[in-house]
Amino acid sequence: MERRDFLQKTVASSALLSLGGMSLSSFSTLETKKITILHTNDVHSHIDPFPADHPRNPNMGGAARRASIIDQIRKEEKSVILLDAGDIFQGTPYFNYYGGELEFKLMSMMQYDLATMGNHDFDNGIDGFHAQLGHANFDFVSANYDFKNTILDGIVKPYKIINRDGIKIGVFGLGVELDGLVDKKLYKETIYNNPIEVAKSITRTLKEDKKCDLVICLSHIGFKYRNEPERVCDITLAQQTKDIDLIIGGHTHTFLDKPVLEKNLEGKEVLINQVGCFGINLGRIDFYLSDDTKYDNTTRNIILG
Amino acid sequence: MVNVKKKRVNTSYFVILLTFLTLLSCKTHKNNIYEVDGKRININEQYISDSNIENFIAPYRKHINNDLDSILAFNPVTQEKSKGKWQTNIGNLFAETTIALSNPIFKKRENKEIDFCLLNHGGIRSIIPEGNITSRTAFEIMPFENSVMIVGLSADEVRTLAAYFLKEKKPHPLAGLTIYTDSSETNVIDILVNNKHIEDSKTYYVATTDYLANGGDNMNFFRDSKIKFDLDYKLRNLFIDYFKKIDTLPNITTERVIIK
Repeated sequence: MERRDFLQKTVASSALLSLGGMSLSSFSTLETKKITILHTNDVHSHIDPFPADHPRNPNMGGAARRASIIDQIRKEEKSVILLDAGDIFQGTPYFNYYGGELEFKLMSMMQYDLATMGNHDFDNGIDGFHAQLGHANFDFVSANYDFKNTILDGIVKPYKIINRDGIKIGVFGLGVELDGLVDKKLYKETIYNNPIEVAKSITRTLKEDKKCDLVICLSHIGFKYRNEPERVCDITLAQQTKDIDLIIGGHTHTFLDKPVLEKNLEGKEVLINQVGCFGINLGRIDFYLSDDTKYDNTTRNIILG
Repeated sequence: MVNVKKKRVNTSYFVILLTFLTLLSCKTHKNNIYEVDGKRININEQYISDSNIENFIAPYRKHINNDLDSILAFNPVTQEKSKGKWQTNIGNLFAETTIALSNPIFKKRENKEIDFCLLNHGGIRSIIPEGNITSRTAFEIMPFENSVMIVGLSADEVRTLAAYFLKEKKPHPLAGLTIYTDSSETNVIDILVNNKHIEDSKTYYVATTDYLANGGDNMNFFRDSKIKFDLDYKLRNLFIDYFKKIDTLPNITTERVIIK
C-alpha cells in the first residue's frame, strides 16, 4: 500500500515538473541576443574637450560629445551597458572646485550603469568620495578592496548582476594596490587583497552559482608593466583565471587601437580593452548570444578593430 | 494483486518518459556567446555636443573661469625649473614661499619655528611665464593635492640630507640651508642653517610635502623620522594665498650650494 502511494506521488510531481518545464522553454524558438558594452576609463575630470591648439589631443574628448555618441547607440541598440573602469576624479579644476560632484552628475545623466574605484578616486579621502555618492545614480563595484572597517562598508559591493533581455551579466571590480600610491590617511582602513585570488573566487560565484551568461571584470590594476613582469596586471589576470569574457582596464592610460586577446587557464580567449584616458575614446564591445545548442562547444568568432 | 502489478508497469514508463522530456526541455536554455565585435570610437569634433549636457556644465565652467582668471599678481621674469644647476628661480620661490606661509601656522600650533625647506624638483609642474599671475597659475605649477608636512631631523640626518642633495645633482627647491662642497661637488664640507653652523643637540624642523615625508623620491631621511606635523595646508592653496598677498613676484637667485 505504502509503495503504491509513493509511486503515484512521483508520477504526479514528475508530470507537474515537466509541464512547467515545457511551458517555459522546451517548445520556444531559438533566440539570438545582442548585448552592447560601452566603456571609459581614467577620464580624470576631463569634462571639456581639449583645445584646438593642444599639442597631443587637439579637439578631442568632451563629456557633451560623449553623451551624444552614447545616446545615438542607445537609439540603435536594445541592450546597452555603460561602464567606467575608475579614476573618474582628479585632473582639471572641475574636481578641485566641486570635489567630483559634476563628474558624477554628468555620468548619471549619461546613464552609466556601473564603475569601479581607481586610486585617484581616493584623492579627497574615502570620506570625500563617500560625500559625492549622492550625486551618482549608478553603483560602484570592487571585489579586492575590503571596505569592512570603512565608511564604504556595504556601499561598494564586490560585484553586480545586470539583467538585460533575459541575459545575465555579472560585473565585478578590481583595484590597484594602494600602499605607496595613495596616502594611508586618504584610504584609511581599506584593505587591498590579491586581485587574482579574489577574481578566481568571484568568477566561480558568478558563473557556477549565479549562472551568469557573461562575466566582465572592471579593472583598475593596469594593462601591463614592462619593467615589472611579475606585477599583477590585466594580462596576468586573464592568463591565470577562467570564465572571464571581458576585462575592461584602466590605470596605465593605455591607448589600445583595438581590444587585445589573451588565453585563459582553459585556453579560451579573453578580451582585454582599455581606451587611454581623459575621455578621448569610448570603447564598444558587442556580444552576440544564442540559446542554440549548436554553439555549446564551438569557439566564438571574434572581430576586432 | 495482478491488477496492481499491471498498473505499476504502466506508470514506470510514464515516469521515464516525463523525466526525459524534463531533461530535454532544460537543455536549450543555456546562452552561448558565439560572436564578439570590439572597436574603439574616437571622440572628436565630428560629433555634435549634447545640448542638455552642455547647458548643465555651463554655469560650473563660468564660475571656475571667473575665479581662475582673475589677476592676483604680476611676474616680471619667466620662472622655470630647467635653468640652473643647483637652484632655479622657481625652485627658490617654491621653497621660500612654503616657509613664509607655513611658519606662522607651525608657530601657532606647535610653538616651534621652521628652520629650512626642501621640496622636489619633479613637483614643479610648469613654468611661470612673464606676465599676469592668476589662480590658474597655481593649478598649473601645482596640480596635485599635496600638503605641507614639517619633519623633525637631527643634525646627523641634516648631514645625510645634504649628502643626498649633492648626490642627486638636481636643483630641488631648497631654502634656509646652505651646503658647502669642494671642487668634486660630492663631499659636504660645511652646512649652514640660516647662516649658523649646525648644532649636534638640536632638532631641525624642515618643511616639505606629505609625498616626500612618506619617502617619495627616496628621501628616506624624511620617511624614517618619527617627528612629523601635518599642517593640512595644500601647497596649491598656499601659492594662491601668497599670490593674493603680493603685487610682484620676486626673482630669487640665492645660491644654495657653494663650491669652495
